[in-house]
Amino acid sequence: MKTIQLVALLFLLHLAPAHAGKTLDQVRQRAQLACGVSTGVIGFSSADSQGRWNGFDVDLCRAVAAAVLNDAAKVKYVPLNAQQRFTALQSGEVDLLSRNTTWTLTRDASLGLHFTAVTYYDGQGFLVPKKLKITSAKQLKNAEICVQSGTTTEKNLGDWFKAQGIRIKPVVFEKFEASIKAFFSGRCQAYTTDASALAFIRSKEAPQPDDYVVLPDLISKEPLGPVVRRGDDEWFAIVKWVVFALIEAEEYGITQANLEQMKASTDPAVQRLLGTAEDSGKLLGLERDWAARAIKAVGNYGEMFQRNVGSASPLKLPRGLNALWSKGGLMYAPPVR
Amino acid sequence: MQGRRRRELALQALLAAALLGALWWLLDVTAANMAERGIRSGFDFLREPAGFAIGESLLPFESTDSALWALAAGLANTLRVALPAILASTLLGTLIGLGRLSPNLLLRGLCAAYVETLRNVPLLLQLLAWYFVVTDLLPLASEALQLAPHVFLSKSGLAIPWLGGDSGVLDLPLRGEINIVGGATLTPEFLALFLGLSLYTAAYIAETVRAGIQAVPRGQSDAALALGLTRVQLFRLVLLPQALRSIIPPLTNQHLSLTKNASLAVAIGYPDLVSVANTTLNQTGRAAECIALIMAVYLILSLLTAWLSAWLERRSGRWAERA
Repeated sequence: MKTIQLVALLFLLHLAPAHAGKTLDQVRQRAQLACGVSTGVIGFSSADSQGRWNGFDVDLCRAVAAAVLNDAAKVKYVPLNAQQRFTALQSGEVDLLSRNTTWTLTRDASLGLHFTAVTYYDGQGFLVPKKLKITSAKQLKNAEICVQSGTTTEKNLGDWFKAQGIRIKPVVFEKFEASIKAFFSGRCQAYTTDASALAFIRSKEAPQPDDYVVLPDLISKEPLGPVVRRGDDEWFAIVKWVVFALIEAEEYGITQANLEQMKASTDPAVQRLLGTAEDSGKLLGLERDWAARAIKAVGNYGEMFQRNVGSASPLKLPRGLNALWSKGGLMYAPPVR
Repeated sequence: MQGRRRRELALQALLAAALLGALWWLLDVTAANMAERGIRSGFDFLREPAGFAIGESLLPFESTDSALWALAAGLANTLRVALPAILASTLLGTLIGLGRLSPNLLLRGLCAAYVETLRNVPLLLQLLAWYFVVTDLLPLASEALQLAPHVFLSKSGLAIPWLGGDSGVLDLPLRGEINIVGGATLTPEFLALFLGLSLYTAAYIAETVRAGIQAVPRGQSDAALALGLTRVQLFRLVLLPQALRSIIPPLTNQHLSLTKNASLAVAIGYPDLVSVANTTLNQTGRAAECIALIMAVYLILSLLTAWLSAWLERRSGRWAERA
């Protein structure tokens, strides 16, 4: 079924003209942003019982829709699996791919895509049963490791264990549910995926969370962020600067709640960001309050983080690398000026 | 007559040319579109190192081997499960098909129940059920059952001594720190896939066999019995040779479906061709190329199977004439 969908997407690639005009014009014309999200990763993108999408990646779609269309609800969410995601973006099925996708050289340089900015710094880790008394990934010699297919994780496994001179056997599942079920039934000695997901898997999916432990080792860098098609620099700039604006907003203490008061701020940096002084929107082809709209829709970067994956969410992930640069993290936005 | 034949030939040639032309056009437009969008294409990625490991492989495979070799290992894994499953399902299916024609009411009922149950439950569900039954029942690898010296049974599978290994002669499975080490392993993934495919396809083959035998006119068996042939003789000399002719073509279809159904392996973690190709696709982003490769391989497998069965059909035809 999945293959058939992929073939259909590939077929779209034949039909769609190479230069279908500017993405911004198209999005405005249809008054809807087509946003590619994952088929279901709690905290990042998942649909609730009413079919409403929410999560960190989903909020980014909403922020872009708010900046461009002045309505965060005008988003068509296209759930994509790992195999479909790039083809969907290439063929024009989606305007924006916001689907915890790792920025790598191969993807950036050979798929006709542009990674815009990093919205989440992740790393690949391991979950193991406590019973095995393993304290480091280096002890996973000859282990069978359950993993879900279609991510960078399989290659990281290959690379890292090759470098360590350790042999392991991956057991690769297509569906998340099957991979988790197999691990918790004891089929594998370890489970691997991005560390952001491991905490959730341990607390929500394990029959007894205390019987499992997340190893301290991270074996890879996983910078995740939104992706756009190549060949439309204006659209590329818009998505990039929406991300930067949300990070800037956190730095200057602008929140969803205090946005209206902040509009009266005399700080020139805040005035520029919110469009109360200079018109930064004009340069991007947007209205002058583009950033204020995005912040109004989803809050600043920090609020977006806490609500979806941080302390105010079931995932309870620490900010870690994703704290602002001024607070020991890596989140740093070029200045809006 | 001559003219009509020539016209037909010309029409067919025209159709074939149009089809090839359309195919060429599709490929050409895709390639041009992809180039224009800065999407790298081509099959050069096949020579690059795959970079990922494969859990179990009939062919020796390391993550530094090429992507092409990874796909070959995947294909070998597909055949490794499909060929034994074809044999097993044909044997079991034939027995059950005959069972459905048995004069014994209980046997007939049981065989009918088997067919109706197995073919009315989706194969994917059956595979998942088998897989989780197998993995749930077996003990953890750290608490593996020792069935005989150097034979271990656990959730990691059945480990048995095998040729090769470090000693160069015999590779003996041993209890490692966290898992069984060495030897050859029959994994739960393989076992579940083999069982699921064999049992599911056997239900269809049983119907094919039953229908084939019932298609032989009743008068044939009456005549044979009147001539004093035993039931075994009746079956071997009269029914089977005639039934085979109608059984083989649908049987081939079943074998083809089984091979294609083996691609459901990815659901239960068995590294078949589709699973390996999916991983390759995802690492390299060459979607069009990987999908084309998968389709080409299955097409070749199907054509080979069809060709083999056509050959069998001719042979059985000759056999029927001799008999």
